[in-house]
Amino acid sequence: MTELIKTARGGASLALIGNAKDDGVANEFLAFTLGGEEYGIDILKVQEIRGYEAVTRIANTPDFIKGVINLRGVIVPIVDMRIKFAMGTVEYDHQTVVIILNVAQRVVGMVVDGVSDVLTLTHAQIKPAPEFGSVLNTEYLTGLGTVDDRLLILMDIERLMTSDEMALMERAAA
Amino acid sequence: MSLDITQFYETFFDEADELLAEMERLLLSLDVQQPDSEQLNAIFRAAHSIKGGAATFGFSVLTDTTHVLEGVLDQTRTGELALRTDMIDVFLEAKDVLDHQLRAYRESAGSVEPDRQLGMALAEKLKAVSRAPQAAAVVASAAVPVEVPAIDVAAQFDADYATKFGDDAGAPPAHVIRQLLEIGGVTGETIGSDLTPGATAAQATASTSASLSTAGTNAPKSDAASGHAVLKIKLIDVNDTDATLLVEELGNLGTVSAREKAGNVLTVWLQSDCSPDDIAAVCCFVIDEDQLEVAYDETRGPANASEKASTGAVDAETQRALDADTAAMQQQVAAALSPTPIAADVPAAVGTAASSANAVVTAPATPAAPAAAPKAAAPAGTPEAGSIRVGVEKVDHLINLVGELVITQAMLAQTASKFDPVVHDRLFNGMALLERNARDLQEAVMSIRMMPMDYVFSRFPRLVRDLASKLGKKVELVTFGQATELDKSLIERIIDPLTHLVRNSLDHGIETPAVREAAGKEASGQLVLSAEHLGGNIVIEVSDDGAGLNRERILAKAKKQGMAVTDAMTDDEVAQLIFMPGFSTAEQVTDISGRGVGMDVVKRNIQDMGGHVEIQSRPNAGTTTRILLPLTLAILDGMSIKVGNETFIVPLNSVMESLQPTAEEIFTLAGGGDDGRVIRVRGEYLPIVALHKVFGVENARTDPTQAIVIIMQAEGRRFAMLVDELLGQHQVVVKNLETNYRKVFGISAATILGDGSVALIIDVPALNRHGRDDMTGFKGSNKQADKVDGGAVERLTHSA
Repeated sequence: MTELIKTARGGASLALIGNAKDDGVANEFLAFTLGGEEYGIDILKVQEIRGYEAVTRIANTPDFIKGVINLRGVIVPIVDMRIKFAMGTVEYDHQTVVIILNVAQRVVGMVVDGVSDVLTLTHAQIKPAPEFGSVLNTEYLTGLGTVDDRLLILMDIERLMTSDEMALMERAAA
Repeated sequence: MSLDITQFYETFFDEADELLAEMERLLLSLDVQQPDSEQLNAIFRAAHSIKGGAATFGFSVLTDTTHVLEGVLDQTRTGELALRTDMIDVFLEAKDVLDHQLRAYRESAGSVEPDRQLGMALAEKLKAVSRAPQAAAVVASAAVPVEVPAIDVAAQFDADYATKFGDDAGAPPAHVIRQLLEIGGVTGETIGSDLTPGATAAQATASTSASLSTAGTNAPKSDAASGHAVLKIKLIDVNDTDATLLVEELGNLGTVSAREKAGNVLTVWLQSDCSPDDIAAVCCFVIDEDQLEVAYDETRGPANASEKASTGAVDAETQRALDADTAAMQQQVAAALSPTPIAADVPAAVGTAASSANAVVTAPATPAAPAAAPKAAAPAGTPEAGSIRVGVEKVDHLINLVGELVITQAMLAQTASKFDPVVHDRLFNGMALLERNARDLQEAVMSIRMMPMDYVFSRFPRLVRDLASKLGKKVELVTFGQATELDKSLIERIIDPLTHLVRNSLDHGIETPAVREAAGKEASGQLVLSAEHLGGNIVIEVSDDGAGLNRERILAKAKKQGMAVTDAMTDDEVAQLIFMPGFSTAEQVTDISGRGVGMDVVKRNIQDMGGHVEIQSRPNAGTTTRILLPLTLAILDGMSIKVGNETFIVPLNSVMESLQPTAEEIFTLAGGGDDGRVIRVRGEYLPIVALHKVFGVENARTDPTQAIVIIMQAEGRRFAMLVDELLGQHQVVVKNLETNYRKVFGISAATILGDGSVALIIDVPALNRHGRDDMTGFKGSNKQADKVDGGAVERLTHSA
């Protein structure tokens, strides 16, 4: 991981502190951890953060789709990103975190390792995504964000959730 | 203007749709021989309102088309043009054209003008129909032999007026004066402080008296108008162009009896039976609310209760009296004219003239029916007073919230049930009250979405009329139960199937008059549409007294298409055949029916709504199609069942019985394993659908003799469902799974149980089909048998 950071930043020393809004445009990201890496997603897509509670299983679905829950009267499907990206064994305990997203006019929940904080990144702090991918297909990456010592892999969560590989959406029949 | 007018488009489109629907309804109910003038007025007003709105938004094609229609309607309602059946046909066609144009505007969100062609073709037809010679025999408000000059006089007056006073800035517009003339006579005019030379005044009044005599034909209407309330309308800070436009508008809503300008306030007195709200609504197209004040003016109210009181129909005797009187009035007016101009201000003059006209004209005995009564009986067509427009999303949101409330109440009830009822009796009382309140609230809110079937049935008079005349048949449409209510979403979806059934009845069912008479029936066939509540369902019937289904033809066609039919099938079974895809016994494919894609789509649509359809027929007597729909889709009576560790809900109305079978009742089809099991119940063999297999549940009971089998019925067939145990029975709130996820096989929706967890609701028809596919596919070659464990267990797997 450290090597990756050094390479990405081209060996330069620490860049800007997050609060500099000199270019006038600031984007807020929710940072969460998954499989030892830190990711950032557009805060506007996040509806809420919950703990993990009993999920009703749905038959004949991929194993990363855990099932559905009752979110104040709305039936919301839950996907476990740790299973999707095959990040080793997964456990569900009182520390498990579910991020409820509002993407493409749907509500979807995803299980992650942990949620850290909300960061404001200026354009200057966002570097283009590297061509070689991490676990995620590069088409879902919008860039790399640098804050203090941290490297955030910025993700287009809407694109990911609506993609075929997540199998969450009905594809219109031809 | 800084105001973004596009936000009002939607409202205009909706209101225009309503106006067009109203117009059609009125056109269809018009009695050609004796058209009700209120109806004619309402039709005219509808067209006029649409024109006004269209002009405001700059929809020029719509404005132009409506303008031509409005002109002919105006002639009809004032009696200049006698109403004929072919005119109604053209008006109906006009309504279609306007519909089409509106839809085009709606689709392009008002940005693109529709093609002018349709509108222009229609304009030609309208002109042609309005030029045709009028039937002399028509006794209506047009009974008075109104010569075409009636229009010309008005135009002549306008021209005269314009030449005389057109240049004067203070002169009221010609049409205002013209309308004043319709009420009575103007004895003089002054403009500003200039006294018009006597000669000119005499000229003006000479031509006014000429127009007065022909306007005498309008007298019935105007005298009746004098019986109306007077509204005092103040236009504040309105520029001249808008003011002129508004006064013209007001003239269409009633009669402008006077106007007065003081500073920046223009006051107009309007005799009308419209309410202040109607006036405000019209004016607010052009000006803001704070520029307008509308109120009743008691002082100028129906001063002369002596009603010439007519509904517009003038009989010959009255007419003669009228003629005599207008002559007398003319003389009076001329006499009132002195060589020196009378500087009476206009309103007063109108007052006196009107009263003298009234006094003169009311001399002949007239039918006493007060003008107020028919007017009051036909209030403005828009039912504004008692209803509010609410967006569907708001209502749905409300329904969701109430659903939540019911779920929360169920949760509380479950938690409270653990307490000792004696010790906590107050709590239990409270819970019982809460349950009742929640249920009442739920019913009340669900009823908001309920709409009367009339919404659907009202489309058919037009359809039946057009279709019957196209097919050369005589059909009478009778409807029952228009007030029966159905959920809005179902109402929308039932329209297409019903339309199809009606077309079938007209096309295939009801015979031509000749054939009917030969069969000893009345020449005119009858089509009955009815709706009624039955239990928790609504029953809609489409019934005709035509030829009925032709059993032989159906069987022959079925055999030709290779279906497995026998002559021993009952009539009902034969009737069911027409629901098969691709089935049609029509000899020819017309644009109405015959392609054979209709009935199975109808059946599928109805099934998708949770209902079913059956058909009964007797040869030469007729056919009845019966559609059964659930009243609501949002609440379900369900039975909760357990499979392994999972809970499912089964719709109660699909459950027939449940039992624990013995080994003797379970049979396996030849060569089969688990998948080919059937159970024998009272001599019938039903396929067993094991839920744990369908849903891949672990730790479930697989041996039927250790589990429960529920006999289910769906789509007229039965099957058996294998579950672990039955838990209980409750009413559940149905939650859509596809909102945030997708369609899952075997699951129709989800619900939330009392403990807050989610349970899936089983899609019974889907499982039924699955069970049958299993049975038939079993004999096919698309299964592979794996020998596992040395052949002790034979495993069957599906491919693809």
